[in-house]
Amino acid sequence: MTGGALIVGASHAGVQLAVSLRDYGYDEAITLVGAEPRPPYQRPPLSKAFLAGTADVASLELRTPAFYAERRIDVLSAERVTRLHLSPAEARGSGTALTDRGRTLAFDRLALTVGARPRRLDLPGADLDGVCYLRVVDDAARIRAHLAPARDVVVIGGGFIGLETAAVVRSEGKNVTVVEAAERLIARSVAPMISRFYQLAHTRRGTDVRHSAEVAEIHGAHGRVTGVRLTDGTLLPADLVVVGVGVVPRTELAEQLGLLCDGGVVVDEFARTSEPSVVAAGDCTVMPNPLTGEGRVRLESTPNAAGQARVAAATLAGKPQPYTDVPWFWSDQYDLKLQIAGVTNGYDQLVVRGDPDRERFSVLYYRRGDLLAINAVNSAPDYLAVRKALASGTPLPVDQAATSDVPLKELLMRASAPH
Amino acid sequence: MAKIIFVAPDGSRRTIDAAVGDSVMATAVKNGVPGVVGECGGNLSCATCHVYVDEDFLTRVGPPGDLEDDMLDLGVADRRATSRLSCQIKVAEALDGLIVECPEEQP
Ligand SMILES: Cc1cc2nc3c(=O)[nH]c(=O)nc-3n(C[C@H](O)[C@H](O)[C@H](O)COP(=O)(O)OP(=O)(O)OC[C@H]3O[C@@H](n4cnc5c(N)ncnc54)[C@H](O)[C@@H]3O)c2cc1C
Ligand code: FES
Repeated sequence: MTGGALIVGASHAGVQLAVSLRDYGYDEAITLVGAEPRPPYQRPPLSKAFLAGTADVASLELRTPAFYAERRIDVLSAERVTRLHLSPAEARGSGTALTDRGRTLAFDRLALTVGARPRRLDLPGADLDGVCYLRVVDDAARIRAHLAPARDVVVIGGGFIGLETAAVVRSEGKNVTVVEAAERLIARSVAPMISRFYQLAHTRRGTDVRHSAEVAEIHGAHGRVTGVRLTDGTLLPADLVVVGVGVVPRTELAEQLGLLCDGGVVVDEFARTSEPSVVAAGDCTVMPNPLTGEGRVRLESTPNAAGQARVAAATLAGKPQPYTDVPWFWSDQYDLKLQIAGVTNGYDQLVVRGDPDRERFSVLYYRRGDLLAINAVNSAPDYLAVRKALASGTPLPVDQAATSDVPLKELLMRASAPH
Repeated sequence: MAKIIFVAPDGSRRTIDAAVGDSVMATAVKNGVPGVVGECGGNLSCATCHVYVDEDFLTRVGPPGDLEDDMLDLGVADRRATSRLSCQIKVAEALDGLIVECPEEQP
């Protein structure tokens, strides 16, 4: 019995995988099964335009129903795969999936695009009404509903999602406190000077930003949140608490199949898991650094979900190509547009261009003189130049890049011009 | 609703009834128009939604903003006077019949 391709998880990675499978000429059935109650939609606006009320649910839709029908992609919503079974070795890659609706789906190609779930707080009061997480559209809608009557809002976690949320909430005139346990904001992703910049930027706009601050418990009355108590005894009043303390990749199904997992489903540069007939893509995976082929990185971004999904589709379609996309990401907070390209791991030198005080600058990361990455704030030209340099392997020497008045674009053109 | 006509590099055309308020990029992506990728979902961060606006519509569509101008400058393969990032063009009744051409490649 042939069941075509089964893609488990219907979000950024899953949709792209299905579309790319068709683009690569895969002609069998494609089933995209997702646990969420609605067809696939975009996540990034959940902490931006959708949270601010300037985009509605319909506008988030990733593709139209007509598109899925036309490309013969069968989208099953509100259905969760609970068990997977792979056939013995002679029928490589094929098997069956059991869903929570009691259905059995047969497949002869399997892709895992199950993403990640928000890390939960394990503290007294964490389940009070008004304590919200932000991952799915219903979470964002819930936050919006609590927000309207709220006066004091505490955001636990000073990462991208926490800070974007804080910016939206502050823009609606609420009192906002951001509580971050680490010594600085967005510590996992950016250099200390960028953390400092964002701390100042949020403070300037009236948000109380506390780093090195740990939450002891959440207070409530009649089942509803009333405040957040820190370990130093401070009590922050709150009618809404938004928790953004990172995500945990979903590895349960992969573990069930005996696939290698290490803080995510381990895949190679072809998006193959430790059972090479099974592919995985997106937030649920860890992969070799796409720029160097070294180590293991986990990238939580829609460009990565889509890029890796394309690679996974190529592998399933028998046209393997390695994943070498330059990782990139963005974050919008107030009128500050942060654009990131590259992977900063192991940097030993920074070059700053522009002026942080004027909220327009960029930071280039180097290791032993080699360009690794950029963080650009309201500096799209620098961001684009570095992205191009990284993609083409064009060097941007430290001493030249440090001269702020020469556009990086010019350096790039000089470097790539024939001698 | 407004009709938007997408012209592929090979000259083939696809007409879509677009919802007013959606961007031209979102219209293309949701309906699977090849040649428009829209990787950042309209955030002016990827330039993979580059299109050429038909001359007749150029004044109605208007010029790119500053950030978009920067993105076009460096982000796209073959910038022309009619280049726009389609995520920055909002579908409106006044643009009914808009013709945009998709470039050979997106970055
Ligand atoms: C609020 C917010 C803002 C963000 N902002 C940005 C941004 O500005 N830029 C950016 O690049 N990225 C951003 N991200 C990150 C980005 O959304 C993720 O990297 C991306 O969604 C990953 O896609 P994915 O398909 O791998 O996983 P997910 O989006 O996590 O989707 C996985 C899907 O699989 C489903 N699923 C899981 N298990 C099963 C099962 N057993 N059976 C069926 N279905 C299952 C889940 O219900 C879910 O729908 C943001 C994320 C959030 C939450
Ligand atoms: S969709 Fe990314 S710039 Fe238009």
